[in-house]
Amino acid sequence: MSNSKGFLKSSIGRKAIMGLTGLFLVTFLIVHVSINSLLFVGDSGATFNAAANFMAHNPVIRVVEIGLFAGLILHTVQALLLTLANRKARPQGYAVVNGAANSSWYSRSMGLLGTLLLLFLVMHLYHFWWPTKVAVFTDHEHNTFDEIKAVFTDGTMGIISVLLYVIGCISLAYHLLHGFQSGFQTLGLNHKKYTPLIKKTGIGFSIIVSLLFALMPIGFLIGFIK
Amino acid sequence: MAGTSGKTINVTIKVWRQKNKNQKGQFETHPMKGVSVDMSFLEMFDVLNDRLITEGKDPVAFDHDCREGICGMCSMYINGRPHGPKQGVTTCQLHMRSFKDGDTIVVEPWRSAAFPVVKDLAVDRSAFDRIIASGGFVSVNTGNARDANSILIPKDDADQAFNAAACIGCGACVAACKNGSAMLFVSAKVSQLALLPQGQIERDERVLNMVNQMDEEGFGNCTNTAACEAECPKGISLENIARLNREYISASNFANRK
Repeated sequence: MSNSKGFLKSSIGRKAIMGLTGLFLVTFLIVHVSINSLLFVGDSGATFNAAANFMAHNPVIRVVEIGLFAGLILHTVQALLLTLANRKARPQGYAVVNGAANSSWYSRSMGLLGTLLLLFLVMHLYHFWWPTKVAVFTDHEHNTFDEIKAVFTDGTMGIISVLLYVIGCISLAYHLLHGFQSGFQTLGLNHKKYTPLIKKTGIGFSIIVSLLFALMPIGFLIGFIK
Repeated sequence: MAGTSGKTINVTIKVWRQKNKNQKGQFETHPMKGVSVDMSFLEMFDVLNDRLITEGKDPVAFDHDCREGICGMCSMYINGRPHGPKQGVTTCQLHMRSFKDGDTIVVEPWRSAAFPVVKDLAVDRSAFDRIIASGGFVSVNTGNARDANSILIPKDDADQAFNAAACIGCGACVAACKNGSAMLFVSAKVSQLALLPQGQIERDERVLNMVNQMDEEGFGNCTNTAACEAECPKGISLENIARLNREYISASNFANRK
């Protein structure tokens, strides 16, 4: 009487995949924001470059990176499939919907926020991930700090990039604001004592992580990261 | 009637009319003059229907039964919210004093692929019945009547089971959910038995069958917006959905059986 085969096809199983991959991506954010915060050290990126270099050449990190991309793809594809199924569940919509009366706009807009994040990610990977990969495989001298600085201090293009990054960070903040606690709820992890703590942690995490990320491009643009 | 205020308002009702599930519907507008604010929303519809019948027109079909907020039959989606603007009440317990003079009130049926429109505002909610039926029976001792309270239940568990059992199956959760998910309903029905000793024997089987039936009926997937909880006339908590997730994940993957 167990159902492990049907599980991954069931609504709850598919949601569990969303929750698990989402929380996995959250753990990635912790590592990413920690290392990138070394940009604020103020030594022209010496500490940051050392850390970035370590990450770029560490075999364990490289393997985890594959898992990261797999998690990201799974999260995105599953979200698309679930959204399509949800559309089918209400073929005829309402003429009047007062969603604000019963739920937050960002909890209802995870698809939109996720799409913005995906678009941001394409740009972000093109900016930083791809050049790093090329440098690792061609064994070129590579100064990540200078490369980041170049993206955000490149005149008008630099300002546009900073704006797009800030929009990306705002999308991230709202996506996490709902997603963090939602992941726990989906996995059934609800507890009288710990759920309020999870919710508070989620709010703090969303704001602090997104703010730290947003301060990086802003810092390069206005020059407090040197 | 004692205690009536005598106050009246004029409102405009925009109501969904649809002959049957196969035909396309449309809105119909009816001005309602001199509506007593002490009327319930359904009584206002009774007045409208009286008029329509007198004029030789087809009255608006809507579900209702007890009219005291406990049966779960009434089901109108009023100005973008199931059961209207008040929290914790069904449409029959909504009164015209909740509206202002001159208001236009848009009334639609529950919208869900699993709840096809029967006529106008009445929808077929037998999908819920099939989910309940799929849950099956609970095993009980037969023979002589047993002493009361011979099975001890912790107060907290009893309270939570009772709160879950308050669900009247009206379908407001499905109507409110942007995904048309029935998770709040199913979670209440699973919880009320999973929390009690009497529900343990069929615990795994029950949750597997009910979720399977829920999926087959074509309800959407929960994204934890909590709109269902906010609109539930019986205040069924989102904790039940977490419990349903837990019960289903556990029964699917960790039940130590073949």
